[in-house]
This record gives sequence, structure tokens and C-alpha cells, in this order.
Amino acid sequence: MPKLTLVQPDTGPDSEVFEAMLAEESNKDLLRFLTCGSVDDGKSTLIGRLLYDSQLVYDDQIAALEADAKKGKGASGEVDLAMLVDGLQAEREQGITIDVAYRYFASPKRKFIVADTPGHEQYTRNMATGASNCDFAVLLVDARKGVLTQTRRHCCILNLLGIKKIALAVNKMDLVDFSSDRFDEIVSEFEAFTKSLNFEEVVAIPVAAVKGDNILNPSAHMRWYHGPTLMAHLETVDVVSDRAASPFRMPVQWVNRPDSDFRGFAGTVSAGVLRPGDEVVALPAGKRTTIERIVTYDGDLEEARAGDSVTLTLVDEFDISRGDILAAPDAEAEVSDQIAANVIWMDQNPMLPGRDYILKMGNQSATASISTLKHKLNVDNLEHQAGTKLELNEVGYCNLSMSRALVFDPYAQDRDLGGFILIDRLTNATVGAGMIEFGLRRATNIHWQALDIDKSVRAQMKAQKPCALWFTGLSGSGKSTVASMLEKQLHTRGQHTYLLDGDNVRHGLNKDLGFTDADRVENIRRVAETAKLFVDAGLIVMVSFISPFRSERRMARDLFQENEFLEVFVDAPLEVCEQRDPKGLYKKARAGEIKNFTGIDSAYEQPESADIRLEASKRTPDELVSELISNLEKKGFI
Amino acid sequence: MSFTQKTQHLMKTTASSYLRQLEAESIHILREVVSEFTNPVMLYSIGKDSAVMLHLAMKAFFPAKPPFPLLHVDTTWKFKEMISFRDETVKRLGLDLIVHVNEEGVREKISPFTHGSALYTDVMKTQALKQALDAHGFDAAFGGARRDEEGSRAKERVFSFRNEAHAWDPKNQRPELWHTYNTRVRKGESIRVFPLSNWTELDIWSYIHMEEIPIVPLYFAAPRPVVERDGVLIMVDDERLPLDKGEKPEMRQVRFRTLGCYPLTGAITAEATTLPGIIGELMASRLSERQGRVIDRDQAGSMERKKQEGYF
Repeated sequence: MPKLTLVQPDTGPDSEVFEAMLAEESNKDLLRFLTCGSVDDGKSTLIGRLLYDSQLVYDDQIAALEADAKKGKGASGEVDLAMLVDGLQAEREQGITIDVAYRYFASPKRKFIVADTPGHEQYTRNMATGASNCDFAVLLVDARKGVLTQTRRHCCILNLLGIKKIALAVNKMDLVDFSSDRFDEIVSEFEAFTKSLNFEEVVAIPVAAVKGDNILNPSAHMRWYHGPTLMAHLETVDVVSDRAASPFRMPVQWVNRPDSDFRGFAGTVSAGVLRPGDEVVALPAGKRTTIERIVTYDGDLEEARAGDSVTLTLVDEFDISRGDILAAPDAEAEVSDQIAANVIWMDQNPMLPGRDYILKMGNQSATASISTLKHKLNVDNLEHQAGTKLELNEVGYCNLSMSRALVFDPYAQDRDLGGFILIDRLTNATVGAGMIEFGLRRATNIHWQALDIDKSVRAQMKAQKPCALWFTGLSGSGKSTVASMLEKQLHTRGQHTYLLDGDNVRHGLNKDLGFTDADRVENIRRVAETAKLFVDAGLIVMVSFISPFRSERRMARDLFQENEFLEVFVDAPLEVCEQRDPKGLYKKARAGEIKNFTGIDSAYEQPESADIRLEASKRTPDELVSELISNLEKKGFI
Repeated sequence: MSFTQKTQHLMKTTASSYLRQLEAESIHILREVVSEFTNPVMLYSIGKDSAVMLHLAMKAFFPAKPPFPLLHVDTTWKFKEMISFRDETVKRLGLDLIVHVNEEGVREKISPFTHGSALYTDVMKTQALKQALDAHGFDAAFGGARRDEEGSRAKERVFSFRNEAHAWDPKNQRPELWHTYNTRVRKGESIRVFPLSNWTELDIWSYIHMEEIPIVPLYFAAPRPVVERDGVLIMVDDERLPLDKGEKPEMRQVRFRTLGCYPLTGAITAEATTLPGIIGELMASRLSERQGRVIDRDQAGSMERKKQEGYF
């Protein structure tokens, strides 16, 4: 039965010693590090060994492992230390690590939070997750295999995520007879690869995690090695970056208004030091104000430092909201709606330039799209490659443009103000992570040329309300027929119109585009922008485009003002369209002569809430056009 | 100034304090949820972790009150002292508390003795929790779980996505980078949020000591009536505990390391009657925290499976 022994009495002279020990314990500094490297290099075993040797594994956990070992593979009787870290059933069954596991341990000198990250390429995104909050990394290689692709990939990601110091743990030295030659060989291979990367310090340590060599205690088998053991290095490596020494930054997270007398701005100080009376600038607006109080539950503070979660009050009434950044007035953060960033792609669906994503960075969010993929990074040789999209786990250097200006610092300077995630608008999945390099233009320098003749003036002259009618539907559904008949009708009624037809546009404006997903997105983007110009000119524009993807139709819609864009779904079943086959395209697609044909081997995503839906298989084109006309009259466009 | 006060003072004033870092990170998480969700709730289970989480919420929104209610899923088998402590706490802090009981389970007379711990836990805890979350339409729920507790918890994100059926998919978690959290959910989906993810059991106790946070007296050793079953000491908290023939409760000096339903929570024989005493016992312990929990021991991976079914 469980029994706990009291090491220190509750009262008495020893309690003083104990109290002092407790205070010391709570004031240790903290190292957050990750372990990474290729699959089977022994990451989980290494952490298991660290925990075990630090006597941080409880008796009942060992008993549970022994029970597991008996049930599991081979029943060698030996406890598998990796099992201490691999927490998921699937991981234990397959003997691999799928997701980051966090472990907590302490030595007499330091506290540690360790993120054990997966080695499989398909779980690279989880490795990046683990690295994002770490200051140090232990990169493992198997002494028999040396530096592998995945080692290089992880090295690259560590570098991108701003980890400056790493330990190269050459593991399984017992399986290469503790050979110093083999160790040196791996170290020089690794050095050659990392020469062009930004690491400040790489310390190579030969270890055998399974036996504990050079983990806590120096190995008796490797007298030729005179460096620190892994634990000695973890305890002493200096990663303290003094965030408090940088200029002040605090993203406003939440506005605290319990009653009309109090208005506070809550947030976590990202950099610098702040005292009451200090002047700050609120970005992106750029207004200046002065700090009145630093309010906390434990009383007002004389100063707030990087890392503190506080609530600030200001001397004047000021309209500040979530997403604004308070910054030191003599060293403002950058403000721009266009940025250059390294992006790691984390989703099965590739990143396509032009497609809209939600960008989230701390408390700020915006709609963002990749305007240019400048190049992809080949993680094997660090070479730059041309590319049109990013697949899962690929890294690219991109220009992004946002729907609103973002306040940021370069990632190298501030992770919280320079690192963002990209979210898919439909699935809500986190699909990418980006590290900002710099702003491409200062938003404050952009001033739209104010023109006296504007859209409403032009529209007035034509006695109509300009709009874009976006006809979407399968090939052969009747989009072009209906659109062109509608245009004729409108023309006879004296309306000013223009028709943009998918096929025709591909002969001119878009003749450089093919039919890959990336090209389709660009195709739509150009047509949408053109339609927007025509609407601006006061015209009623009909766009007849298959436009199979919801996200692209939404992208088009977002370019327009509200009530300027009508999605017209020309709804006819695939069988009907295929039977009609006016251009013989379905036949070719079925024969395999056309690839990526919508409805056959490429999806058509039906509109969920089209403004107008036309039942194109049940009614004649004439009926459909009169339906459209009455609809436009009702909505006040004509 | 006593030594305890000195310790507390030292811990509070040292800027680099590890506990201060943990505190600030948790406050950031609490505020993030309130900023991004329309209808959050805090699961309050009355134990030490809930006590710390609630204390952090008082800090995060000060001078305002935490802008969400507390939810206690009452299995009707909690220790009496827990319930009175709960009611006192809510009154003292002036907070809203929702107590939910699975009435269907009560009608069916589901008990850990007659139906076994697995079915009982599913009906009175997991199903009850889902009922309460659905009934109020909460889109985010705070829980006090920590990653050092158990293997599958060590893998869970701070913002843990749940589908319409409240299920967790451990193989398909959203990447979670820096302090930027993806809070987007569709109607019916929700996020479980764990502000104490990076705290250890020792951190919890040290922080309770430093901040003088009130906790249920059951954590301190006292003479209590217990019976011993399968090596586990069960406290006879009320007359519903069926005694075997010849079984007699005896008074022993015990305390609890975790608190749950009294028939499923093992006591430990221990002497600590103060917080430094508890911390001292913890540092010397060779047993993990959840060893007193009967429900985790059903089989390997049982917590992971429960979480996939919607358990916290």
C-alpha cells in the first residue's frame, strides 16, 4: 500500500533548512530544449535515460513499463526507456513517436522542459511545433548511419526557427565500438553541412543512451573524449537572451472594463521594461500616450519586464483594442501589409500562391495570401529551387500580402512578434507557419490617389448599379449560354455590360496559364481583378467561369464591396452536362486525353450559399434569363 | 518574519522565478480564451490543480471577475468536504457556479460498486460532462490537467481541438507554435484548454505555498476512517460504502494526493499536516501522483481512450 515518508518534519529546526531549499528550488532558471533527429536515432530512449538516471521515474511507472514489456514485443524483461516518453497507444504499438511529448525534470542546477519530437518525415510539423518554444536543441544521429536526410531537415528547421545553440549527440556509440574515428567523421560531415547556417555553437558529444554513457556520467569506454557529458552541457549552456534589454513591446490581448471607472489593457510584455510615466506609441495607429499604472492582482507594479502578464492603464482616454501593439516611441515596430517570410507548410493540401488564408500572429489576425513564392529551400543541400507551390513539410521563401497592416519585428529579433501561423479558411486547420524576415513596404507610405471621378459617379451616369455576376457550374451546365443571352437582354434595355468568358480569357490575358491547381487559382485571381476594374468603371460584369473551388470564389467575392458580387450557381447534374458535352470535352476527359477535368478527375465544390441558384437541367435558357432579370430588378441593380 | 513568510517573499520578489514564468504563461492562455471565444467555461473539480487554475483566473482578469462561469460535474460520490469547500470558495470569490449531475445515471442508480469503475466513470463523468457542455453550448472549456500526469496528457496541446462528439484525435492535432493559438471552431466543435499544461505536481504545491491558496483539508494528514481493499486505502466518507462481512473501518493517519470520487480515490498513510510537509513528502516519494486513481489502472492507454471519448 502506498506510503509516503516525511523527509522533513513539519516543524522544528530542520524546517528552516527545508524552506531555504524550497526557495532555491523555485528560483532555478529554466532551460527549454528539444530532442530531434531521424527516426530510430534513439531520441525517446535518450530522454528516458535522462529521466531514469535523474531518478525521476516513479516506482509505479516502472512497474507499468515492466507490465507493458511483458505484454509487448519479445518480453526481453528489460524495460524500454523510450516507453516512458511515448505516451500514445499507437506510438507504443508501433514503437515510433508521432507527436511531441513534453517532459519535466530538474537537476540540482536547472529546471528543464524537454520536447521530444518525432523523427518521421510525415510528422515534421510536430517537430516544428516542439522547436518553436525552445532555446536549445539536442540533435541525435545514429553513429552507424551518420548524417541522414532527416538530420539535415531538422537542422534546417532548427535554424529557421531561430535556435542558436545545439548539441550534436552521436548516439549508439556502443554499436560502433566506441570508435573516435567514426565520431570525428560524423562531426566533420555535420560541420560541412551547417557551415552556411546561423548556429552560434555546436557541441558534439558521443553517447550511448541505452547504457547511459556520457549522459549523466563520463563514459568509461570513451576515454578519448574530454568534453562535457550531455547533462553537464545541459546544465551550463548559456541561452539567456535578455529580452528585457530590447525596446518595449506589448501586444494588447484583452481590454479589461469591469465598470465605467476602469479601462485597462491586458497583455504579456514581449520585450523591454516599462514603468508608470513612460511614453508608448500604439501601433498601427501611431498615437502616443503615457502609462499611468501597471495593475496586477498583487498590487500595482513599479515596473513590468519581458515575460510579465500585466494590465496597463493610460493617462488619457484612448481607443486601443486587441491586436494593437504598444511599443517604445523611440524604437517602433514595423508596420506593413506586405512581408517577406520563410514558410513551413504543414498540410496535406499544398500551399497555392493567391489563395486566401487566415494569418494569426499572437493577438493579430488578417486575411493573407502568398503573392509570390520566391524559391523553395532544398533541405538536403540548402539550395534554392524554383517552385509554384509548397507541399507538406516543404519550406519556401515567400512574399505575403495581408488585408490589413501587421505590426511586427523580424523573427530573428522577436519570435512572438515575428512568427505567425496560417489557417485554412474552410477546414480551420493550421496549415503553415511563417517567420518574418522584413516588411516589403511601409504601409504608412501608401496613400491611395484620391480620384474625383469615382465608381458612384460613373454608375450614376449609366443609371445602373454596377455589379459582378459570377456564373459558376460544371462545363456544359449552360453558364456561357445564359450569360451571353442575359447580356443581350440587358443591352437592349440600355444597360452597360461586359462579359468575361473563361475560355476566351485563356486565349489572351491568361494564355500563359495551364490547368494545375496553382494556375487555376491565378486564373481566377486575374479574372476577378479584371472584373473588379470593370465594376469600378460602372459596368454590370458577367463572369462565366467553372471556378470549381469555394476558396477561390470566396477570394473573388472578397475583392468586391458588399452587394457588388452575386454568385450565380448554374446547377446541372454531371450526367446532364456530360450528355450535352457541347465541346466534346467530357469524352476526351473520359478517354484520358484531358487531365484535371472538373467533374471527372478534379473536384467541383458546390456553392453552399449562392446568391442565385438556377436549375439549369429543368428549365430552358430563356426561362433562366427572365428569372435572372427579375432577380436583378428586385435587388435594385437595374 | 517567519521562515515560511521569508520563503514566500523571496519566491515572490525574484524576477527570474520559474514559478513566475509559469504563472505569466498561464495568465496569457486564460486571457486568450476570453478574447477569442464567445462562451467559455472553467471546469472546476475542487482539487489542488483547480484551486491553482482558479487563482490564476482571479489574477488574469483583475480587477474584473473571471468573465465565465465555473462548471462542476458532480458524480454525487465526491467527498463531503470537497462539496462544502466548493460552495465556500464560490461564495468567497463571488463567482457563478453551474453544478451538473447526470440525472439519468442517478435514476439508474449507477454506482462504482455495482457497475464497476469503468462504466460508472463513463456515465457519471464523461457523459455528464458532455451533457453539460452541450446544454450550455460552451465553445471552450478550461481544464486543470498537466502534462506530467500521464503519457497521453504529455502529448496534448494547450488548445486541444474536440469535434462535435467532444472526441480528441491524438494523431491529428493542430500544430501549436509559439504563443499563437488557433482558436477557430465551427458550430458544435469546441476546444479544451489546459492553462497548467507545463506545471508539474511540485510546481503546483510550491505555488499553493507561495500564494497561500486555500485547498481542501483532505490534502493534509488527519485521523480518518478507512478500509483497505486490494492494497488501496478507501475512506469511509458516508454510509453508502458497502462494507464486506467482517470489514471494519479503522482510524488511520492518512491524507490524499489527488481528490476525486471517494470510492475510487486511494489515501496514503502520511504525516504531513502543512504545505512544506507535503512538499517534503513529495520530493522523497517514489510513487507517481495518479497511482491512487483507480480508474487509470484499468489497462495501459486507458486515459487516452477516455479522452477520445470526451473525458477531460
